Amino acid sequence: MRFSEEFERRFAEMLGHYPTRRSVLVPMLLYAQDEIGSLTDEVITELAQRLELTDLEVRNVISYYSLLTTKPRGKYNVQVCTNIACMLVGGEELLEHCKKKLGVKNKGTTPDGMFTLEEVECIGACSWAPAIQVNYDFHENLTVDKMDQVLDQYSKKGTV
Amino acid sequence: MASLVSHPDEVRVVSKRFGKGATNIDRYLELDGYKAVQKSLGMQPDAIIAEVKNSGLRGRGGAGFSTGMKWSFVPKQSAQPKYVLCNGDESEPGTCKDRLIFEHDPHAVIEGVMIAAIAVGSHTGYIYIRGEYRYLSIIMQKAIKDAYAKGFLGKNIFGSGYDLDIYWHGGAGAYEVGEESALMESLEGKRGIPRIRPPFPAVVGLWGGPTVINNAETLAAVPPIMLGGAEWFAGLGTPKNGGTRLFCLAGNLNKPGVYELPMGYNLKKMIYDVGGGIPDGRELKAVVPGGSSTPVLTIDEIDVAMDFDSVAKTGSMLGSGGVVVLDDSNCIVKFALRTMKFYRHESCGWCIPCREGTDWLEKTLKRFHSGGGVMKDIDNIYYLSENMLGKTFCPLGDAAAMPTMAFVKKFRQEFEDHLEGKPCPFERTGKIEHLPVYA
Repeated sequence: MRFSEEFERRFAEMLGHYPTRRSVLVPMLLYAQDEIGSLTDEVITELAQRLELTDLEVRNVISYYSLLTTKPRGKYNVQVCTNIACMLVGGEELLEHCKKKLGVKNKGTTPDGMFTLEEVECIGACSWAPAIQVNYDFHENLTVDKMDQVLDQYSKKGTV
Repeated sequence: MASLVSHPDEVRVVSKRFGKGATNIDRYLELDGYKAVQKSLGMQPDAIIAEVKNSGLRGRGGAGFSTGMKWSFVPKQSAQPKYVLCNGDESEPGTCKDRLIFEHDPHAVIEGVMIAAIAVGSHTGYIYIRGEYRYLSIIMQKAIKDAYAKGFLGKNIFGSGYDLDIYWHGGAGAYEVGEESALMESLEGKRGIPRIRPPFPAVVGLWGGPTVINNAETLAAVPPIMLGGAEWFAGLGTPKNGGTRLFCLAGNLNKPGVYELPMGYNLKKMIYDVGGGIPDGRELKAVVPGGSSTPVLTIDEIDVAMDFDSVAKTGSMLGSGGVVVLDDSNCIVKFALRTMKFYRHESCGWCIPCREGTDWLEKTLKRFHSGGGVMKDIDNIYYLSENMLGKTFCPLGDAAAMPTMAFVKKFRQEFEDHLEGKPCPFERTGKIEHLPVYA
């Protein structure tokens, strides 16, 4: 199992920040997932061994955190917030629109592997609602038209 | 990047460097940066704690506990290392203020952690930022690195002989981790399951050591207090509610945004003046005053001073500063359902009343909203919520129960309008999943 140099540098550095090895687990799982695409059996075993944990202990942590996934997502994970602040100003309509436009259900991935659609809980953009995150990038004060533009941009970016 | 707003009534204390390039450490230094920590290094720890106590600063995460008091609970002598932990796991629906602090003024948070550490005799601090805020963790990591490069962190800070390390830590998506004991579990690399208290974190916290846990906004308010003085800060707000607060105005408003207003600012004015009122000629229906866990206020209750004690008198809470405004086109049952869906999703399942209660309530509210409700459900929803209160390790159970009870109590008529097969009178799309009526 090979990670990038950046990952290894970060891993080594973060180990020095805590009195126990397993403290690096949550952030490192997220960085590993960003690199590999999902938390595969191989990633889980590798991190478990490095942190002197069992695979089960690592899986137990993964299942708690909503950003962590053992199933691959599309290149762009479109996370539409429908929590209260977004709901009041059209978050649900945005989600419905995305479902139609992308032709997938919640947590579904387009056949070309470009987009995954996910309904998410509050992303901390309440004053700029309705908002979405595509991977880690925020897109705020959206309308259906703006949403189309955002998706088209990613579509272009992804095919280059 | 989140856009900034302004209003003449704002008093900028925590937000004074927003939009001024203070992520750059040299710019931060020009704008009074790292002066408060140097002043604190020359003070007795007890004097720092007294200053913060006298300032009337209360926890901005939502509980509103006196910050100075919290610090004073940390034992002077400890065989275990002591820690300071900054809670930047902002996830209460309606709240988006810490995001701006991290984006515009990360060094203020670092400086706040430093002062807290000096006050309680800790040599290690952590700044926990939620996983969704990746761009902010990048900003924070750079800020910490810059502070080390200047010699502000590490060994012998500012030549004082005091050693202090501060590290960044990241989450991976979990509302419950915003609760202090779950936050510590998460930082220790575990599921964010809350711990039973007592012992409180101030005595037994991270890895068993005494730990001070404060919200990012609380810590960012500490440097200005140390520079401006407790009296000045206390005078900005109302008695026992010192300072200002970042209010996140959201929902059906003409000018939503994050505004820094004095503690005790009138809610009605906040909605109609600062927030620009309700758009599209609609009328105000209800306000959630401090994040999704705080009981809703009706239009008759909004003439209230937004400080911890005044809002508590209405039976609600000032909470995390997330003011969510609903206009009269919205259905309260649907709003209650969406709120409960969130708590059901976020419940960790450790405590049975919360795990089962949120699930049962979501199912009942869903059936209710789709016209499958019967009269006895209304009392059942209330009764179920009531029986979750105070029966869980962490306040997530309460956070789900309190707003639900208020929705039923204050908007009972609207629940009755949904009874037995009636379509939701507010549904915009006309697309509701219809479920059978259970007699």
